[in-house]
Amino acid sequence: MSERVQRLSAALAERLGSAIADSRIALGEVTIEVHADDLLNVCTALRDEEPFRFDQLTDLCGVDYLYYGIDEWRRGENTGSGYSRGVTDTSSTGRLTFGDENPQPELDHPRFAAVIHLLSLPHNQRLRIRCYGPDDEAPVLPTLTGIWPGANWFEREAFDLFGILFDGHPDLRRILTDYGFVGHPFRKDFPLIGHVEVRFDPERNRVVYEPVTIEPRVTVPRVIREDNRYTRPAEEGDSNA
Amino acid sequence: MPEIQSYTLNFGPQHPAAHGVLRLVLEMEGEVVQRADPHVGLLHRATEKLAETKPYLHSVGYMDRLDYVSMMCNEHGYVLAIEKLLEVEPPIRAQYIRVMFDEITRLLNHLLWIGAHGLDIGAMTVFLYAFREREELMDCYEAVSGARMHAKYYRPGGVHRDLPDRMPKYEVSRWRSKREVQKLNAAREGSMLDFIDAFCERFPASIDEFETLLTDNRIWKQRTVDIAVVPPERAIELGFTGPMLRGSGVEWDLRKKQPYEVYDRMDFDIPVGTNGDCYDRYLVRVEEMRQSVRIIKQCVDWLRENPGPVMIDDRKIAPPAREEMKADMEALIHHFKFFTEGFSVPAGEAYAAVEAPKGEFGCYMISDGANKPYRVKIRAPGFAHLASFGEMVQGHMLADVVAVVGTQDLVFGEVDR
Repeated sequence: MSERVQRLSAALAERLGSAIADSRIALGEVTIEVHADDLLNVCTALRDEEPFRFDQLTDLCGVDYLYYGIDEWRRGENTGSGYSRGVTDTSSTGRLTFGDENPQPELDHPRFAAVIHLLSLPHNQRLRIRCYGPDDEAPVLPTLTGIWPGANWFEREAFDLFGILFDGHPDLRRILTDYGFVGHPFRKDFPLIGHVEVRFDPERNRVVYEPVTIEPRVTVPRVIREDNRYTRPAEEGDSNA
Repeated sequence: MPEIQSYTLNFGPQHPAAHGVLRLVLEMEGEVVQRADPHVGLLHRATEKLAETKPYLHSVGYMDRLDYVSMMCNEHGYVLAIEKLLEVEPPIRAQYIRVMFDEITRLLNHLLWIGAHGLDIGAMTVFLYAFREREELMDCYEAVSGARMHAKYYRPGGVHRDLPDRMPKYEVSRWRSKREVQKLNAAREGSMLDFIDAFCERFPASIDEFETLLTDNRIWKQRTVDIAVVPPERAIELGFTGPMLRGSGVEWDLRKKQPYEVYDRMDFDIPVGTNGDCYDRYLVRVEEMRQSVRIIKQCVDWLRENPGPVMIDDRKIAPPAREEMKADMEALIHHFKFFTEGFSVPAGEAYAAVEAPKGEFGCYMISDGANKPYRVKIRAPGFAHLASFGEMVQGHMLADVVAVVGTQDLVFGEVDR
């Protein structure tokens, strides 16, 4: 398995060269990073050319890296007070609060990305492409519907849930959220409980939308623990450029 | 004669043939569909976002509720992704149990599918036959996990517990006489494996029964042959997987091509269709049931011979044993920590896919090293299939829309997530 993965990675580097911003092999999977400008050319080559022949797009999804690597419970400061489930006590040290008060972390790459999983039936191999949306305010990527028609709904979903725009998409409508929904619910700064709630109003005899009344709460805080067993040797984590 | 003009027809979301909550906006010309626009999302529960706010172990139960007729296969995709990130492998017995239950799940799914598909296009009896068989398999779920449907049985690192030594039995009640109960309990005297073995002996005859009702049935053929033909190249382009792809004649099955667990030790065949119409997809699924029985038998034989652990021996991933917990304070604390805080998974990303009854069920997971996943993406086969619905029904009659909904084997729990 690993040999084939190495071979694929080498072939990608040889054919695509500078179009690949980053390439890595981890857990037996090849991931390449491609700039939005190169995406269409790279994908066309991956579909049509011989050592690749990725004839199926398995999946396309949006990712929001806003809070990547941020935990809600600091191990260092909080060891004295213990691991709190923190349902009521949101003011104790180290705990993050909700909504706008979250810290805005510094990212060394754009906030939004589309992650594409490809499958090659003739060669029985998979590939992951990550493509960052260049602009955090309005991330725009080229559409892949011209290359794999199956991308249609996956792109609609990424638009609906993350607000990633796909330039040239034939029918970029919302797909999973309600008619008339406002916002992009899978963004990390969108609260889990949402902004509005729905009920039937017997007086007006119709369904009404109102601001949410329930309290946001986190039953289990996020905590990041470094585990020595899982610090992988460097050459396995990111080989190949 | 007034001129017939095209009009728009709203189908669903509350319609018995919509298989849940599918809303279709059909542009019709007379009785012929010109354009179909499926509206989905009426069952959207943000499973992925919920999973991102919970420790890994807490979300296994959500996976059952995605495709709620192939519960354990969904769990399988999810735990495989976690195991890939943790770089652990469950004990061999757990792998056999998983394969066995994946195939039992495939039977459950295909039985519901054959019943519902038949009901949709006018074959009432097969529904009752299929549900009779489903009951037995549900009992297996119940015996092993305590729940008939949403089992939460697969865990990262293995399965929750070993197979039970005996099957639960029916009891005499106001509705069941002693003689009826004896008859029902006849297969339940031995262990669970005996029960499954007896089922495997009996079940192929039941499949024959379904086939006598449908395969050569003139009405069934009129409703399915040459309906919604998808050529193989197009099926690949559109992202079809599972029986939808094999019905078009592409021999592709993850169990063979990218084997996970112990599928590489199993002896079974991949059925493929030739024409890519609804009838071929029906034949493929029926044959898959026969192959599943073959796989289950092989698992039963192996599981009888080879006792062993079913959960990985790693206290970071698996909770301590119950007995240990009662006597040892550290084990009790660890148990508490394990189920509240959960375990942290090393940073990285992984995609794991299983051949679910409906197609490729994938789980893409990004971890930043926390006790909760940073991003979970569920790749549901039904979502890709429904995306090409418009193309499949174009030019067909209104009645065929229902046949296509049936042949795609849609379940909205997974399409909408």
